[in-house]
Amino acid sequence: MEKFTTLHGIAAPLPLINVDTDMIIPKQFLKTIKREGLGVNLFDEMRYDDDGNEIPGFVLNQPAYRDAEILIAGDNFGCGSSREHAPWAIKDFGIRCIVAPSFADIFYNNCFKNGILPIALPQEQVDKLMADAEKGANARMTVDLERQEITTSEGEVIAFEVDAFRKHCLMEGLDDIGLTMEKSAAIDSYESRAAQSRPWV
Amino acid sequence: MTGKTLYDKIWDAHLVDCAEDGTSLLYIDRHLVHEVTSPQAFEGLRMSGRTVRKPGNTIAVPDHNVPTTEGREAGIENEESRIQVEALDRNAREFGIHYYPVSDVRQGIVHIIGPEQGWTLPGMTVVCGDSHTATHGAFGALAHGIGTSEVEHVLATQTLIQTKSKNMKVEITGKLAPGVTAKDITLSVIGHTGTAGGTGYVIEYCGEAIRALSMEGRMTVCNMAIEGGARAGLIAPDETTFAYVRGRPHAPKGAQWEAALAWWKTLQSDEDAHWDKVVTLKGEDIAPVVTWGTSPEDVLPITANVPDPSDFTGGKVGAARRSLDYMGLEPGQKLSDIEIDTVFIGSCTNGRIEDLRAAARILEGKKIKVKRAMVVPGSGLVRAQAEEEGLADIFRQAGFEWRMAGCSMCLAMNPDQLAPGERCAATSNRNFEGRQGRGGRTHLMSPAMAAAAAVTGHLTDVRELMQPQAEPA
Repeated sequence: MEKFTTLHGIAAPLPLINVDTDMIIPKQFLKTIKREGLGVNLFDEMRYDDDGNEIPGFVLNQPAYRDAEILIAGDNFGCGSSREHAPWAIKDFGIRCIVAPSFADIFYNNCFKNGILPIALPQEQVDKLMADAEKGANARMTVDLERQEITTSEGEVIAFEVDAFRKHCLMEGLDDIGLTMEKSAAIDSYESRAAQSRPWV
Repeated sequence: MTGKTLYDKIWDAHLVDCAEDGTSLLYIDRHLVHEVTSPQAFEGLRMSGRTVRKPGNTIAVPDHNVPTTEGREAGIENEESRIQVEALDRNAREFGIHYYPVSDVRQGIVHIIGPEQGWTLPGMTVVCGDSHTATHGAFGALAHGIGTSEVEHVLATQTLIQTKSKNMKVEITGKLAPGVTAKDITLSVIGHTGTAGGTGYVIEYCGEAIRALSMEGRMTVCNMAIEGGARAGLIAPDETTFAYVRGRPHAPKGAQWEAALAWWKTLQSDEDAHWDKVVTLKGEDIAPVVTWGTSPEDVLPITANVPDPSDFTGGKVGAARRSLDYMGLEPGQKLSDIEIDTVFIGSCTNGRIEDLRAAARILEGKKIKVKRAMVVPGSGLVRAQAEEEGLADIFRQAGFEWRMAGCSMCLAMNPDQLAPGERCAATSNRNFEGRQGRGGRTHLMSPAMAAAAAVTGHLTDVRELMQPQAEPA
């Protein structure tokens, strides 16, 4: 997994609540058997019209935000399905950090597995970052995972929380499966205990 | 010492390892797999030379992409869908996991066939790369959706890295009124708590109205726990659960059944358990409901009017405006005046036998007044049973298309899709923009309510179509 340490880039404002996984990546793009190449279809139905032309008003189609690496959004971001195609599409587009007042549980987990940092902050702070993002491409933010701080284009610093284990995995780019495999003795011993206590499983 | 909740008990029984910061390794008893969220996981195993740790506890079925028309064994026309299903075929064989191909009568929606085949049992941990895995919580199993990276993790290690959720109790007291069903309960709860109300929690549903539900109804309730934001929904197992499970192909038999039953009977929250959040609704207050917007929290009784966005606060004002624009509705419009083009009965929420019975009761002797109506049984076995009970004939005579099993128009990955602007009364679980087809407009409701809309051509209070002496649905 790609490491995440610090990020200095353009933040795109998406002031919508309940952005669901069908909005992030509609089902017709779930038929792939690969993880790559979904960025072009990120937010497909908001981004393109019926004929496949870009809708100029959509934030990621605007010249200032085409290279956005951070997304500032509304409450309950990523609700809906468990499709990991959602973070894959976000990552493939080039976005590595999402800030919102809250995230749906499965989407939040999926982000960390893909080198994306989701940051939940109180509404007032998200509002502040939203206003900063609305200034366009010249207003770049910095996200520092080590220090757990976001610095706005004005130099204001906002601290954020992140689970220590997830932070460690993200900063080191660690593969979860490899880590768990190191505990295979514990899994073996659990299985022998369970074979006694719950043999029907 | 405070007592434990049912969630606490299942969690403790599956804990392999727990770090100081609470990061835990949880053992997974059953891993269900479908074609959409698994190809990259199997590919990951292959690339790193790993195998499936417990192929015998891993069960795969194609459901999302499969056509639901007869003669589908001939093959899938859409190339990408075909490749995805073929990939699952190949992966199931290569890794030696249980598999129900399209040609098998037991094929169906993964969350319907898991319980049907007895793979889902009380007290288990069940995961699947699908958010509606919450369905299996109806058995008192800790069941939730995972992403594809986690699918790979479970395939390789039979465990999942987790942090524990908080405990939430949702109690539905009293009795449901006639015409009110499990779907109305689960939608009403989401309407009450919001789609983020359960975020960070595992919900246990309890109370007299929940106890009175069949297993089918309980699965409908737990299925939509995810729409309320919760990681999982649970209902403590009882005699209804045991009666459903007994004799299923993969349920324990003989002495093992007795041993299992003894443990299952302990799977209840203790009287003095601690709840981080409690929500109580009165069963008598729940009406047949429909959704008006593009979030499952946009729930109102069928007797209500379309709300005015200015009645909301915060981000919901803009969201409601956007929803009404997308749905083509005006504030103040009576919900029961909304005309319907299409009716879809099916999905992991409402594709079980009891759902088909409830719809057929309303349809018997009537004709549809919508442009098209389809019923997609949740599994081949549900379909066969419905044919045996004469329900298929009722649907066909009413003008419904009688389909083969699959996810179908719930998420429209197969050819069953809405056209732009087409308005659908659906028994599925999500009314998101574009969910059932780009520009399609979805109203969620119970099977009986969907059947009522089919025969009147507009959203309808099913109670108006029920005989006074009719049994409660």
